[in-house]
Amino acid sequence: MIGYVDSLPAADPPSLDVRGVHYSYPDGHVALRGVDLTVPRGGRLALLGPNGAGKTTLVLHLNGILSGGAGTVTVGGLTVDRDRATLAEIRRRVGIVFQDPDDQLFLPTVAEDVAFGPANLGLRGAELEARVVEALDAVGMTEHRDRAPQHLSFGQRRRVAVATVLAMHPEILVLDEPSSNLDPAARRELAAILRRLPVTLLMVTHDLPYALELCDRSVILDAGRIVADGTTVDLLTDQELLARHRLELPYGFDPTLAARQLAAQG
Amino acid sequence: MGAGHAHVLYRDRTSPVHRLPPEVKITAMVLFSIAVVATPREAFWAFGGYAVLVLLVAALARIGLRWLLSRALIELPFVVFAFALPFLGHGERVVWLGLELSVDGLYGGWNILAKGTLGVLASLLLAGTTTMRDLLLGLDRLHCPQIITQIATFMLRYLDVLVGEARRMRVARISRGDDPRFVWQLRGFAVGVGALFLRAFERGERVYLAMVARGYQGRMPAAWRTAGAATVRHWLVAATVPLAATGIAATALVLG
Repeated sequence: MIGYVDSLPAADPPSLDVRGVHYSYPDGHVALRGVDLTVPRGGRLALLGPNGAGKTTLVLHLNGILSGGAGTVTVGGLTVDRDRATLAEIRRRVGIVFQDPDDQLFLPTVAEDVAFGPANLGLRGAELEARVVEALDAVGMTEHRDRAPQHLSFGQRRRVAVATVLAMHPEILVLDEPSSNLDPAARRELAAILRRLPVTLLMVTHDLPYALELCDRSVILDAGRIVADGTTVDLLTDQELLARHRLELPYGFDPTLAARQLAAQG
Repeated sequence: MGAGHAHVLYRDRTSPVHRLPPEVKITAMVLFSIAVVATPREAFWAFGGYAVLVLLVAALARIGLRWLLSRALIELPFVVFAFALPFLGHGERVVWLGLELSVDGLYGGWNILAKGTLGVLASLLLAGTTTMRDLLLGLDRLHCPQIITQIATFMLRYLDVLVGEARRMRVARISRGDDPRFVWQLRGFAVGVGALFLRAFERGERVYLAMVARGYQGRMPAAWRTAGAATVRHWLVAATVPLAATGIAATALVLG
């Protein structure tokens, strides 16, 4: 099973707990200045912020690709450190879907690419195959399993990228700008898939309507700090807050109305 | 993306040759080429025998002669030298159509031409019946160093992406009034190549990060290397061609 959310005891450790993370790049540029962030199990959080706010840097901290500054990252009770075995387990638990699916899909066929992660976990044979089938099914890409990624549409490639990570049964799914470059139909299809997935979700984006559609809670990251934390609809209706952090709603978009429509849909 | 659906060398057919596991075909091709190269150049009949073998396999693989020969033209730049040899060679000379040709040079030219063509035809048969993907898998199963097969896999996967990027950059350049037909506008092209290299480099880094994020630790998972590997029967079937070739070569050596 990809999800586990239905069967979890409330006392479980949060899926993601980030405490006081600082980071400066080797050239001295300070990217993160003390980030605190918690995503409870089964929670859906949008990480909003303008370009250059440090969003991607933070994402690379979640599975230990970047580290070395102050602070800790804990995933489902396991703290990221440099130990090889710990890192391997952390990378299983944190499923990052990168912004450009062409960066993520590097093998000649869809099925092989989906199998890459679980195979790295040591799965093989029928068990590995079951993971591939399950993950492709979850994103509705089963019939394309033997095609080459470069022959798929961009939206399909993004869905496969999500599947490559789901196949590892992550504790938390981290999506970096999931709606970028998608046409409206592909965007809606991806939203439907993401909403169905029974996983903890951290969505990094500056697409505010998408955040509202998929995440009930949001935080705003700007200049390496979390500057706001609240329900998505509250943050999006605070025009002054958004303007201060270079975030803007699309022309004509009314977050209150959209939230009401979403609630009506259930 | 568009491009990439077309295979340059692979002929999408179903045939007994297509179905053979790739490692078997690679081994057969290499052994066949060695037999050809080891044959003394004076044994003309032996080369006829090899040609018959190639034609038999081509027929079995349902690959047309026309396709084979047109692809074989690729060897031309490499064998031009062979045509020059009869004029440049020393020693005994014969006169043919008023041309004074060196016998040694004629043999040398024939040697290059015949062996080169047979080698190219054998490689074409391999490429025509095996997808790029399977070739890499076969090399991997033959214990070719993993780093080489990995690099080749990446090239295969990202060739389309890079070609697409190069095309977009070219369109963007032309849209801003660049006309690459003129020599003095080569600069735009040269800068484009530099930019493409940088993009390829940056993409390489992002691809690597994405792999690490999915638990990559420097070795490709071994899981899919074993599925569909060659059986003894496959090896025996494919051994017929190199065995016949070795037989011809051995006979030619003994007689010669």
